Amino acid sequence: MKPAPFEYMAPESVDAALQLKARHGAGAQWLAGGQSLIPSLNFRCLKPDYVIDLNGLRELSYIRFESGQGVRLGGMTRYHELEHSDVIRQHAPMMHDAIPYIAHDAIRSRGTLGGSLAYADPAAELPTVTTALRARYLLRSESSERWVQAEDFFVGMFQTVMQPDELLIEVEIPLPKAGAAWGFIERSRRHGDRVLMGVAATLTLQPDGTCADARLVYQNGAPAPRLAPQAAASLNGKALTDEHIVAAAKQAAYEEIDPESDVHASSAFRRQLAFELTQRALRDARERGTAAISEEGAGA
Amino acid sequence: MSVQCVGEPILRNEDERLLKGDALFTDDVQLPGLLHAAFLRSPYGHARILSIDVEAARQSAGVLGVYTAKDIGSLMNPAPLIVPPPPIEGLVFNQRTHTALASSKVRHVGEPIAMVVAESRYLAEDAIEKIHVDFEQLPVHLDIEDSLQAAESFVHDDLESNLAAHVVQRRGDYEKAKAEAHRVITRRFTYDRGIAAPIENRCVVADWNRMGKRLTVWDTTQAPIPIRNGLAGMLGLTENQVRVIAPHIGGAFGAKLMAFYSEEMLVPWASMQLERPVRWTEDRHENFYSTSHERGQVHEAEIAVDQEGHILGIKDVFIHDTGAYNNYGLTLPINSQCCLLGLYHIPSYYSEFRVAFTNKTLVAPYRGAGRQHGVFVIERLLDSVARELNIDRAEIRRRNLIPPDAFPYDHKIIYQDFAPLVYDSGNYEPVLRKAMDMIDYDTFIRDVQPRLRAEGRRVGIGIVTYAEGTGIGPYEGARVQVLGSGKVLVVTGVGTQGQGHYTSFAQLAAQQLGVDVTDVEVVTGDTDQFHWGTGTFASRGAVVAGNAVNAAATAVREKVIHLAADLLSVSVDEIDLVDGKAIHRADPEKSMTLGQLAAAANPTRGAVRPGTEPGLEATRYFGPERGTTAFGAHAAILEVEQGTYQIKVLEYVVVHDCGKVINPMIVEGQVHGGVAQGIGNAFLEQLVFDDQGRIKNANLRDFLLPTALEVPRMKCGHEETPSPLNPMGVKGTGEAGAIPVGPLFAQALDDAFSDVRLEILDIPLNSSTLWHSVQEQGENQVAIHEWT
Ligand SMILES: Cc1cc2nc3c(=O)[nH]c(=O)nc-3n(C[C@H](O)[C@H](O)[C@H](O)COP(=O)(O)OP(=O)(O)OC[C@H]3O[C@@H](n4cnc5c(N)ncnc54)[C@H](O)[C@@H]3O)c2cc1C
Repeated sequence: MKPAPFEYMAPESVDAALQLKARHGAGAQWLAGGQSLIPSLNFRCLKPDYVIDLNGLRELSYIRFESGQGVRLGGMTRYHELEHSDVIRQHAPMMHDAIPYIAHDAIRSRGTLGGSLAYADPAAELPTVTTALRARYLLRSESSERWVQAEDFFVGMFQTVMQPDELLIEVEIPLPKAGAAWGFIERSRRHGDRVLMGVAATLTLQPDGTCADARLVYQNGAPAPRLAPQAAASLNGKALTDEHIVAAAKQAAYEEIDPESDVHASSAFRRQLAFELTQRALRDARERGTAAISEEGAGA
Repeated sequence: MSVQCVGEPILRNEDERLLKGDALFTDDVQLPGLLHAAFLRSPYGHARILSIDVEAARQSAGVLGVYTAKDIGSLMNPAPLIVPPPPIEGLVFNQRTHTALASSKVRHVGEPIAMVVAESRYLAEDAIEKIHVDFEQLPVHLDIEDSLQAAESFVHDDLESNLAAHVVQRRGDYEKAKAEAHRVITRRFTYDRGIAAPIENRCVVADWNRMGKRLTVWDTTQAPIPIRNGLAGMLGLTENQVRVIAPHIGGAFGAKLMAFYSEEMLVPWASMQLERPVRWTEDRHENFYSTSHERGQVHEAEIAVDQEGHILGIKDVFIHDTGAYNNYGLTLPINSQCCLLGLYHIPSYYSEFRVAFTNKTLVAPYRGAGRQHGVFVIERLLDSVARELNIDRAEIRRRNLIPPDAFPYDHKIIYQDFAPLVYDSGNYEPVLRKAMDMIDYDTFIRDVQPRLRAEGRRVGIGIVTYAEGTGIGPYEGARVQVLGSGKVLVVTGVGTQGQGHYTSFAQLAAQQLGVDVTDVEVVTGDTDQFHWGTGTFASRGAVVAGNAVNAAATAVREKVIHLAADLLSVSVDEIDLVDGKAIHRADPEKSMTLGQLAAAANPTRGAVRPGTEPGLEATRYFGPERGTTAFGAHAAILEVEQGTYQIKVLEYVVVHDCGKVINPMIVEGQVHGGVAQGIGNAFLEQLVFDDQGRIKNANLRDFLLPTALEVPRMKCGHEETPSPLNPMGVKGTGEAGAIPVGPLFAQALDDAFSDVRLEILDIPLNSSTLWHSVQEQGENQVAIHEWT
């Protein structure tokens, strides 16, 4: 389990990195936290000619709150920085809650936000969470730059719309609206394992208790983070009663996701989990939304 | 008398070394000019090798040697059979062991085909990729039942089927018992494959000294002396030319007992060929394919009982999966066959097994070593009887226990050590009772469970028992010596893999010689220091080597006392050994240190009395007439999370009787580790094969081991029924924790889902399979609310 020979490069600026990548294209791999890349190299699943190390690029590691806009996160920001950030706790609490589910401390101190998104493992937390939060990603190459919405970014198992010469520079999470609420819950066989099933729910609760903007995103519900638009739509404009929640959970779990069977669980059991977890996530969201409304009411 | 230290929870001598990183492990061995080996392994489960082209690999950078079957001469003799089959009438055994490299065909994925030795492991792996092999794929035999039915393309071409062995053992007349029974219950049980997955993979470092004509091998083996003797034969050397060192080992659990692994033969051979030291360290991926597996069995079992649930007889017909080879003989299925009898009086028993060759890695002992399966069958059968006759689960066990006045108790069948299965001593009911009390069995069933169920919580309790055959022969030895410093040296041939031998053996010597445990240095696993013995397995270290240490230390004590009495001019019965000194009891001022006595026992000038042996040293051996049987009971309360079927252990109790305890803390550590592995076996670990025999989860991401988060706090209780088979009265305890966890989980989960009459028949389980089983039992979402 040793990698095939490759040439190692450590550029000192994003521009220099992009130039190298433009020259070597698919023959080169970015190295971020290395928690997925290094095993792939050691198994010789990947045999790149070049490895371009991003770890010297301090400029890609940041967590910024911009009032009126949202939260901006650099592509090389480590999980543990996100985990312990007050900005994240306040302005993206769902991400704050989700991060401890990612593996264990040792992996979180190296693994990066950009690495997780670019790797596009359907069982990973942050692709699902950022999709639920309606984030967008900034991709840059030597010659161009573009923003891609999270839900348009993932196209399949370990597949994204990124081109070989692009680098994921930044993630932008929009500010939540008044009454915004969320629920995130997942289950794995052991803590920190690849998830069996996870669900991230976001919505806003109107002052009259009706639901709007519902979004349900599934982790490991399909080869890429999977939205359940019909189940979500069925909640909008209605009060979040237990009955509606169960109906939406059923629709999402049995009609909108498409989970696989593997050594850990059958597809049928994953649907059962999705059915159960969706209800819990929506009830959590309802609780948080109700609290938010009464707080706002009290504040006014 | 000296201060009592046997039986005390003394801190371990080895822990400081281990925690500070000062303990030598095989992969730590650094030698100038060290080369590295890597192996080309079969990608197919079953295929003929048509041709191998190694030219490009030979030209690859940094390569010193590329070897295939045709290059390795006498190493191509089949590996030795480790355990010959026991003398059981009518027994069939088709011995087929592996060769160091596959020649005409490969029989499992991962079987080594070629070895490359290069300046670094990286370069060796680069060269491996350049070897070209033409294969002709053959049908792959994976399922053990299908494998025995197969009509062609057998795992071994020269056999007429995939049958590796067939054994029948019987006691009494089962058919008669069945005819007279009140009730006969039949069940089919499966127990699937797993691996030991020690934290340290295997490693071999070999150094041939051309000038000294000696070969030194560091090896992660549980049996360094047999490795030395075997290597000498294979390599044309004398035993004295080979030194095998098994230094600290990061867990073994039986998987480092298999001898010889291919790499153990090839790496020393390569060092002699190239006249340079060579190392091979197994990586985790290789460990899944090249280190032995365990556990695969399918049982068709039947129990005949009377109206009160007394067992009249048991019939069990099972198939055991040995993988592609059967180097380890019949130890595992015979253990299953014998351990099935548990703590129970079973007047008639018919047990028949067939062993199947399959296209999978060979099977050899892994902690429990076949015992799990037998215990699973008997405990599950008793649960089915309890259910059908409406008898409490603890009570059905109590009713069938062998009574305390029935020992020695002869089961009238043959055990793995070739001797009749005779339990030496036991007192079972107190152990069962204590486990019930510690977990509040009656209160839980009467009050707690109904209350929690009313709250909508799925909780269940389980209680099981087991016997653990331990401490088998043939023998071990030890040398004890008082050193010039007054410290004591204990040397034995058994290797050590974390069991605490540096402490428990030290306690035995310290007790006899009146020194502090930290002043006893224990050396194990180095054939230059001690070269008689067989190894560490079958929970035998404390029993067999421990008694040898005790005997040698007792002999040295005699020498010390005689010499001191002589020099102090008092009689021998007036001498005490305390605090590293021999003192005159009446006048403690009159004393000599052990160091002074050691010097006096080794004069450098002058004359000694004719016949005097120098030094304060003795060597003793211990060989028990047969194994000694430890036993115990486990109880647990589990909760299943509604809707997600995740399992949480709320309580875990172990009551164990391993005879006289040398160090209760070490015994508890063994129990904790065993239970952890038992939980892994029951609920996490399962090798999943694709239709080519590749393992779908050959990594620690998908082959799940229990971590600290999955292992509950346990309450441990001890009982002590001494063994009459050795002077110290000890029994082994190495495997106890791991043995009964499968049936325990199964029973507690059945209990949690008693409303749907769940009955778990297969191990391992997981949340997904549990959910499917419950679905099949027709559970509906409202069932829980209807509970009363
Ligand atoms: C034991 C273990 C358990 C794990 N458990 C979990 C878990 O529970 N949940 C989870 O989400 N993850 C888990 N992971 C994966 C971990 O989160 C990885 O760190 C992550 O998937 C990749 O991030 P990285 O920074 O390590 O990227 P790397 O491994 O360095 O890179 C991964 C891939 O992304 C590319 N890449 C990296 N950064 C960028 C960028 N900025 N722009 C473009 N391409 C880029 C690389 O070229 C490479 O192809 C686990 C990993 C391990 C080892």
